[in-house]
Amino acid sequence: MAELNTEHDSHALGMHTEQLAGRTQKVFFSPSADDNYVYHDSIEVDFNKSAEIDAGPMEIKDVNAKIRSLMKEGYGTITVKNPSAKHSLGVGILNRLNLNFEGSLGYFGCGLCDGPNIRISGRVGWSCAENMMAGTIVIEKNAGSTFGAAMRGGDLVCKGDVGSRTGIDQKGGTIIVGGNAGAFNGFMMQRGRIIILGNAGKNLGDSMYDGTIYVGGKIEDLGVDAVEGEITDVEEKWLENKLALYGMKAPNGVKNLTKIVAGKQLWNYDNLEPSEKKLVL
Amino acid sequence: MSDKDIDHFINTDGLDSEREKTIGQHIGYRYDVNLVPDYERITPFLKKYMETMGWDDLNWLEDVHMGYEENRAAVFDRNINGWVTVPEEMKLPDNQQDRDMIARELLIKFQMSPNHPMVELNKAYAKF
Repeated sequence: MAELNTEHDSHALGMHTEQLAGRTQKVFFSPSADDNYVYHDSIEVDFNKSAEIDAGPMEIKDVNAKIRSLMKEGYGTITVKNPSAKHSLGVGILNRLNLNFEGSLGYFGCGLCDGPNIRISGRVGWSCAENMMAGTIVIEKNAGSTFGAAMRGGDLVCKGDVGSRTGIDQKGGTIIVGGNAGAFNGFMMQRGRIIILGNAGKNLGDSMYDGTIYVGGKIEDLGVDAVEGEITDVEEKWLENKLALYGMKAPNGVKNLTKIVAGKQLWNYDNLEPSEKKLVL
Repeated sequence: MSDKDIDHFINTDGLDSEREKTIGQHIGYRYDVNLVPDYERITPFLKKYMETMGWDDLNWLEDVHMGYEENRAAVFDRNINGWVTVPEEMKLPDNQQDRDMIARELLIKFQMSPNHPMVELNKAYAKF
């Protein structure tokens, strides 16, 4: 067997010699930090400079590489034609960018993004915007299951219906669904907001730790530890503004949305009574 | 929103329940993670940031709040998975909404700085 080279740049940076003390890293802000608005190593793009890609005859990897190379040339608005429901398109973009897909995407579209504004004129398959960090993604038609799974931040909007497990393990950000949503939406969500303007399926918010779900239509049933909450004035204003950004409205006004939050009975599992544990299991 | 004193976690050890006292550690969040921003309190710096990114609102920063660690105001930076402590000399406003706006501003300044740990990590591990 060939000998592996274990030397890496990270050794020179001292990353393998640090002592792990089992507590959070202690870092302090420098008050003298400059006013920067983008990441240190981000690519400089101009929103007014636009380009087009015909993805029809291209391989997935080549489409994503082409988006990157156009960004390096300074293009800030890129339109991808004929995406033909290919999987994993528009992933891992950690930059400001306007990206338009004219057509539908397959599985895992636009995942791991941090910053871009993406518009998709068609539908999306499973796990669109998985692990999204920041930016906006707007889908004009329907979306598959696990929409916005493990999302950390940003706005993810589907103007049509979505499948089940939307916002599963969500850790931040806002998911807006214009139509109906399937079962187990907000399953184990820890933070963030889900707004469903239509009906929500079975086990809504099951085992959610924190975060908020708003529903405009009927709720088939609530999951374990999901309870109704009360909408505050600040929330009302926030909901109006957020929906207006995407040209959407609550069917009976934001005041009449049903708010679902965590009952927080599962936070300290050890404290549960045996009967409650049985119920959970 | 919590009805606790806004400086509760600065003035006390935050060990409120029996279980927290037993383990000597606070359980759960030290602030209301569900508090949505009041846009009337937005700062000029944050407006400029939104404009640069092409967003009409605070976007991912809506989930950033001022928290507290070891009796100090701090902001959680998801990119380093750790709390970043707010300078001690900084005077904190008397309400959480204004504190959250300060937290958002400080976090952006920190994350976009060339001294952020992610810059070094990128050098070592980035694939493209």
